[in-house]
Amino acid sequence: MKDTTNSAPVIEAKGLNLVFQTADGPVQALKDVNLTINRGEFVSFIGPSGCGKTTFLRAIAALEHPTSGTLTVNGMTPDEARRKRAYGYVFQAAGLYPWRTIAGNIKLPLEIMGFDRAEQDRRVAQVLDLVELSGFGKKFPWQLSGGMQQRASIARALAFDADILLMDEPFGALDEIVRDRLNEETLKLWARTGKTIGFVTHSIPEAVYLSTKIVVMSPRPGRITDVIDSPLPKERPLEIRDSREFIEIAHRVREGLRAGHHEE
Amino acid sequence: MPVLTVLGLILVIWYAASVWMNSTWVYDQAERAGTMVSFAEMVPQTMTQERPLLPPPHQVGAELWEGLRLGSGYEVFLQSADQPILDRLQATLDHVFSKKGLVYHGYVTFKGTMMGFGLGILFGSLLAMAIVRFRVMDMSVMPWAIISQTIPIVALAPMIITVSSQMGLTDRDVPKAVISAYLSFFPVLVSMVKGLRSPDQMQLDLLKTYGAGEGAVFLKLRLPASMPYFFASLKVAVAASLVGTIVGELPTGAIEGLGARMLIGSQFGEPLIMWAALFAAAILAGLLIVAVGIVERLARKRMGVPA
Amino acid sequence: MSALLFALLVWLAAWALNVWLAGSPVAKTRFGKALVPLIFGATLLVLWEGLVRGLGIAPVILPAPSAIAAKIATSLPMLWQDFAQTILKGAIPGFLIGSGAAFLTAVAIDRSPFLQRGLLPIGNFVAALPIVGLAPILVMWFGFGWESKAAVVVVMVFFPMLVNIVAGLQASERMQRDLMATWGASYLQTLVKLRLPAALPFVFNGLKIASTLALIGAIVAEFFGSPTFGMGFRISTEVGRLGLDMVWAEIAVAALAGSLLYGIVALIERWMTFWHPSQRH
Repeated sequence: MKDTTNSAPVIEAKGLNLVFQTADGPVQALKDVNLTINRGEFVSFIGPSGCGKTTFLRAIAALEHPTSGTLTVNGMTPDEARRKRAYGYVFQAAGLYPWRTIAGNIKLPLEIMGFDRAEQDRRVAQVLDLVELSGFGKKFPWQLSGGMQQRASIARALAFDADILLMDEPFGALDEIVRDRLNEETLKLWARTGKTIGFVTHSIPEAVYLSTKIVVMSPRPGRITDVIDSPLPKERPLEIRDSREFIEIAHRVREGLRAGHHEE
Repeated sequence: MPVLTVLGLILVIWYAASVWMNSTWVYDQAERAGTMVSFAEMVPQTMTQERPLLPPPHQVGAELWEGLRLGSGYEVFLQSADQPILDRLQATLDHVFSKKGLVYHGYVTFKGTMMGFGLGILFGSLLAMAIVRFRVMDMSVMPWAIISQTIPIVALAPMIITVSSQMGLTDRDVPKAVISAYLSFFPVLVSMVKGLRSPDQMQLDLLKTYGAGEGAVFLKLRLPASMPYFFASLKVAVAASLVGTIVGELPTGAIEGLGARMLIGSQFGEPLIMWAALFAAAILAGLLIVAVGIVERLARKRMGVPA
Repeated sequence: MSALLFALLVWLAAWALNVWLAGSPVAKTRFGKALVPLIFGATLLVLWEGLVRGLGIAPVILPAPSAIAAKIATSLPMLWQDFAQTILKGAIPGFLIGSGAAFLTAVAIDRSPFLQRGLLPIGNFVAALPIVGLAPILVMWFGFGWESKAAVVVVMVFFPMLVNIVAGLQASERMQRDLMATWGASYLQTLVKLRLPAALPFVFNGLKIASTLALIGAIVAEFFGSPTFGMGFRISTEVGRLGLDMVWAEIAVAALAGSLLYGIVALIERWMTFWHPSQRH
């Protein structure tokens, strides 16, 4: 287990701007974004569509390139960090390759990164256990339920042991019951691995339940309107959602979202 | 723009290839005459041969233009300016039919294609409806419809023609249309089956709650739902029926149509005739596809589907 | 007349049997799915035989299936020679070379959007053209042997294959390509591990079209000149001599070859793209 109290900054954005050139003219996807994420934090990005939360996550992963400002990951540029395998990315859809088994899918990034066979097998077994999918390695993705597929995709992101896990609405397409369970499991996973997690969602309860830090964003232009540090304890049973603190934070997030909405 | 670049590239390669392929003949001639030809002398000679292995583009263009000009009768039309318009059209048509240029041969092929296309659409749609309606048709006929397309119809073509003449059908239109229809019914059949089955269970259930009978379900839901699929299949089908018609014109004895021109060019060793017929067929194919595309777009607009 | 009546009765009985089979649980089984079309095909043959015998149709118009079968049995060596010439030497090498060339071309232009935008519309157009028309020209270039037949097949299968493979290479999802990017995968790794497997359903779609085109090309090319054997040659000469039983024998061989080639492609497809929704049952 890693030391999660270490508060060294892992991701730092300063005056970040990102403009997309579209057919209808330029669109300011991110405007003057300043944010520091420390090691071991669980940070949620919440806001309506078009607020730039996904764009910011993609910029961290070097899938988008900022127009101006600085963005560092572990003190490096996102491109360098990617080459150092700094992050695992989980999309809304599991995006598993249908022609590979679950184990084969988890092996894919390992093959690309050039791990040897034995190491690949060891890691596959380890992460399958971590997401509680042991015994499903030989199944094909389409033989599994949506929730299990998403767990497999998380295992795939964990396999090469990146410090940062970036999750873009990973449970958005799942039903509420499955979602609750996966939220609980995500927290357990986070506690066990001590990874830094960036998590995009549009569900207020999900953001409050999971995060140590909630980043509220607004659209047109995409920007940060509020950053809330959660006072909730690390141990969070599902029932915590009925507590007064929880409801207060949720209220503040909602206010933040509404304020961003009015400014338009 | 990229298309033009690639087309330009193809032209350049074509010229280079025709120099290369036709040069053998030039050198042979020179050797026979006991003279030497330099490269610079050779190149122009490859451009103007009467029976080139690979005619350069401008030669094909000239032959094509000649065939179209002679065949279209537009000169007749222009020269008869003093006569009533109907007479002028009549004279022009007479000219087209008497001259038997590429326009005429193209028309013969076009007619065959349209007949086959029509038959193919009719047969394909009816079969699709029967297959969707009756499970036993689906199970018995569908596998054979697929197998029918793996059989090279061209093997049947000469026989269909001979047999139909044995049966007293001297006109070649019928056998050609049959071959053409055989090739074009399949895309229509497959798309229509897909289209007629495209309404989902929810839509079917909704109509059932309205108390709709089978006929109403077919007319109000299945048929309209299949139309986009139907129109999408037409382009493939029209191209297939053109191939069918040309193949139907190939077997010995045919004298009319673009396929027959290719055969004649091949038998008499006249490459230019072959190339001109080939390009005329390409132009015809292009026109047919564009025409079908326009029909498709109009139909979509009427049905309110974004094109 | 009685032969015709008998055939009609058999037809009706078999049809009734099929109607019953289609409605029964047998239809859901693999056996039932194969049995129903087989019964249908067999009754077509019976009907054909009955029609020819009952109406006394002249063999120069339509020989009976039994006569065709007899002809096949007595001329096996000749049929084999024609098959080897047209299918083994003409269609199959042409099919392989044409598909292979299309594959290499597609991968070669994969990195150039400019070439793709230029070649694709042309490829789409050419794929719809009656390319069989090139047959006489290619026969002139490559002579009467199997080489010209293979060349016709190469040209015929090239464009439909190219269009399908290029479309297939673009078929992988954006998200999956992004994933590859987050792992720092190289162009080659993305091509081999993601885009080529994702393109397979398209490739096989093209191969199926190409397999039927290959036979058409090989046979048509023989109409323009061939040695004194080969299926196209045999068909055109036997038609001239009104030897329709031989023509039908060749057609039967062509049908078998066509279905076999298609079937082989479909089997490989089943094996290689087992994961695709259209292959899961």
